[in-house]
Amino acid sequence: MALDSKVPEGPIQDKWTDYKNKINLVNPANKRHIDVIVVGTGLAGGSAAATLAELGYNVKAFAYQDSPRRAHSIAAQGGINAAKNYQGDGDSTYRLFYDTVKGGDYRSREANVYRLAEVSANIIDQCVAQGVPFARDYGGLLDNRSFGGVLVSRTFYAKGQTGQQLLLGAYSAMNRQIARGKIEMFNRHEMLDVVIVDGKARGIIARNLVTGEIERHSAHAVVVGSGGYGNVYFLSTNAMGSNVTAAWKIHKKGAYFANPCYTQIHPTCIPRSGDYQSKLTLMSESLRNDGRIWVPKNLDDVKAIREGRKKPTDLSEDERDYYLERRYPAFGNLVPRDVASRAAKERCDAGYGVNATGEAVYLDFAAAIERYGKEQAKIHNISNPSKGKIYELGQAIVEAKYGNLFQMYEKIVDENPYETPMMIYPAVHYTMGGVWVDYNLMTTVPGLYCIGEANFSDHGANRLGASALMQGLADGYFVLPYTIGDYLADDIRTGKISTDTKEFEEAEKSVKETINFFVNNKGSKSVDYFHKKLGKIMWDKCGMSRNAKGLTEAIQEISDLRKEFWKEVSVPGGSEEYNEELAKAGRVADFLELGELFAKDALVREESAGGHFREEHQTPEGEAKRMKEFQFVSAWEYKGEPKDAVLHKEELVYKNIEVKERSYK
Amino acid sequence: MNLTLKIWRQKDSNAKGQMVDYKVTEISEHMSFLEMMDVLNEQLVGKGEEPVAFDHDCREGICGMCSMYINGEAHGPDRGITTCQLHMRMFKDGDTITIEPFRAAAFPVIKDLVIDRTAFDRIQHAGGYISVNTSGNTQDANAIPISKHDADEAMDAATCIGCGACVATCKNSSAMLFVGAKVSQYALLPQGQVEAADRVQNMVAQMDLEGFGNCTNTGACEVECPKGISLDNIARMNRELMKAAVK
Repeated sequence: MALDSKVPEGPIQDKWTDYKNKINLVNPANKRHIDVIVVGTGLAGGSAAATLAELGYNVKAFAYQDSPRRAHSIAAQGGINAAKNYQGDGDSTYRLFYDTVKGGDYRSREANVYRLAEVSANIIDQCVAQGVPFARDYGGLLDNRSFGGVLVSRTFYAKGQTGQQLLLGAYSAMNRQIARGKIEMFNRHEMLDVVIVDGKARGIIARNLVTGEIERHSAHAVVVGSGGYGNVYFLSTNAMGSNVTAAWKIHKKGAYFANPCYTQIHPTCIPRSGDYQSKLTLMSESLRNDGRIWVPKNLDDVKAIREGRKKPTDLSEDERDYYLERRYPAFGNLVPRDVASRAAKERCDAGYGVNATGEAVYLDFAAAIERYGKEQAKIHNISNPSKGKIYELGQAIVEAKYGNLFQMYEKIVDENPYETPMMIYPAVHYTMGGVWVDYNLMTTVPGLYCIGEANFSDHGANRLGASALMQGLADGYFVLPYTIGDYLADDIRTGKISTDTKEFEEAEKSVKETINFFVNNKGSKSVDYFHKKLGKIMWDKCGMSRNAKGLTEAIQEISDLRKEFWKEVSVPGGSEEYNEELAKAGRVADFLELGELFAKDALVREESAGGHFREEHQTPEGEAKRMKEFQFVSAWEYKGEPKDAVLHKEELVYKNIEVKERSYK
Repeated sequence: MNLTLKIWRQKDSNAKGQMVDYKVTEISEHMSFLEMMDVLNEQLVGKGEEPVAFDHDCREGICGMCSMYINGEAHGPDRGITTCQLHMRMFKDGDTITIEPFRAAAFPVIKDLVIDRTAFDRIQHAGGYISVNTSGNTQDANAIPISKHDADEAMDAATCIGCGACVATCKNSSAMLFVGAKVSQYALLPQGQVEAADRVQNMVAQMDLEGFGNCTNTGACEVECPKGISLDNIARMNRELMKAAVK
């Protein structure tokens, strides 16, 4: 099947408006007869469910958590971008579009990104109207901060809990519709397959995670907003339950999977401390507004620090290497995430890592505390303030901005980051790759949509900070509700979809067979054993830098591990009860397939772009080298084993932005 | 560290539960409490026994999924954190740790340490929102300036993660801190004024219907709240309720 992105004709700034004027609509009376399933209730799924219900569709929403409010969007800290230009610093829709395409290393679809930038301002209006308590200045207007990879302040925030507040906003919009009976909410339910009838997505098979019951749910369209697949690495900043299962199941039923190798390794996370580690914790990128990143200049100092003979604060300014400021003077500590992560790895690989594992760099707030302290002393008319007073005043400002992050750091690491620099190291955070969708956010299966992090569309090979929240809400509040109407306009006479058909029966049977296999298999190894092994292969060979040899090995190793999994996995407990090991087994089975496709995609992509860094393709200075012939989206078609997957290419055309070398120097 | 764990095991909501003793060894003080539970579960799975079921997800203190009543305290002995942020350095070698689910009539046990907190969701359905359509046809976000103090206070109330520690801690199993936080967030913002009276009345009515107890001002909830939600929110809710009644 040839890929058709369905991008409308016309000038980029008019595409979305013209398109909305021309697409089919469903009249309000008919919407009452149409059902839509939404899988996942994070920013994308939650906002989509609320808006579709408000428009009049009957929505069934599914979440594996005990409440939609717990989806992992809640953990996003730093902020959400919008081209409001409230700061008057030269921002515009075009500039947000430009920054996002450039930040994505020219591997995203122009028209989608422009639309995203266009609706971004609406999101802020919408959320304020919903009662989201964004940070404000003393004049009562909204405050902004700056994020990596841009030269303006366009990020709106609610302390270090922006994702939480936006998700609770979407949750409140859902609650209003649940109360009206327009959304039927299925908590603690996991989607285990999509049901295709006559070529169209018509329902799902879900497991009730409390009773173990397998359920059939039908609808006229299915929307998957199930998040990213970072947990393929076992250790990531994702929630423990975050998984690829919904996205992978629809891939197996015909939805192409795009750019699986584009993964974001976030530069500012708390370094790992031991083998028992279950997850990694992010420290918001917003910290790079005020924190300076460094390692010692001399290896002797590194050794002394590791052995506890010296403290980081003992080192003078000229004994420190502020390597981002040194290498990228224009953007300094605010280079994009991929660049910052690789630079940290480069220093640590060269032996300059500052903790026992050798995998940590400093993020230092001393300069910011001093700067703010002096500013405050002026504001409060304190002449000749003492060092201590300056520190006290400055600390109060840093605490107001990042207090909850500092507290979180202290609880985990047991060190006070106001007194000694934080230690950070990159960790898997976000996946730009995902299910391929067209301009309508529809997958290659008619009636099957994919939104938010689960799709591939807007971030190219690297996502800029504060753009994930923007995309999730743009998809759910402002894009999908329009585009889905165009499709559903043909379904006004279809009537209720029956679940009593052979398609539902077959899908249910296959789901039950897999579950029965797991609970009856006489294996000897736990699910986590396999998940951890997979994670290690992924991190070592498909991590921050990749090469052909490692990727070829990874493909073989993952394939072997998958075979072993299906022989040796042991799942205690039964199928008709609450059984977390069983749920995990299903998720890891899918990760074991995705991981192989991931490595295959990374092997085929013989260039470096954004988060995908191939050692064979770098400039003499060690920067990523993009190749013109790879200016396409890799969309993989499922054909049984991952090794048999077929590659389809969507060529990327840039008419409104000049494709340049991406320089932050 | 070597530890003895006394854990509440209950097959399902209808079964009778009991405390069961387990031993774990070689626990690092840098582990989080849930990583210690992972070690125990890995041990149990290895022996072919059923692991202890407990709720958890983000493991960074924000999703509100983890619960656990540890040595008689919601989220354990540390302050300002959830169970997933509790670290083993708070315990000593040889300690015996008692682990129970959050207990309240409105939070039935589903299995072991997993509880049903959908009563909280139902309270939110009753009024935890501002009735504005999500179409984006709203006025410009800066059209109504909001005093920074009010916005900050609303934010402090809005940081509630809905974990239920307040209920588990309260001797009356009252949910007034939880409800007060939501009522306060909207009461402090101009956007929330239009529906203020209906909201507080409906949410409080639902809270009573769910079987949560009343507030007798012991302040235990505030102490145990991982997000430091203040008792002032309960006072504000009561004021709002009074205002609504005389309207």
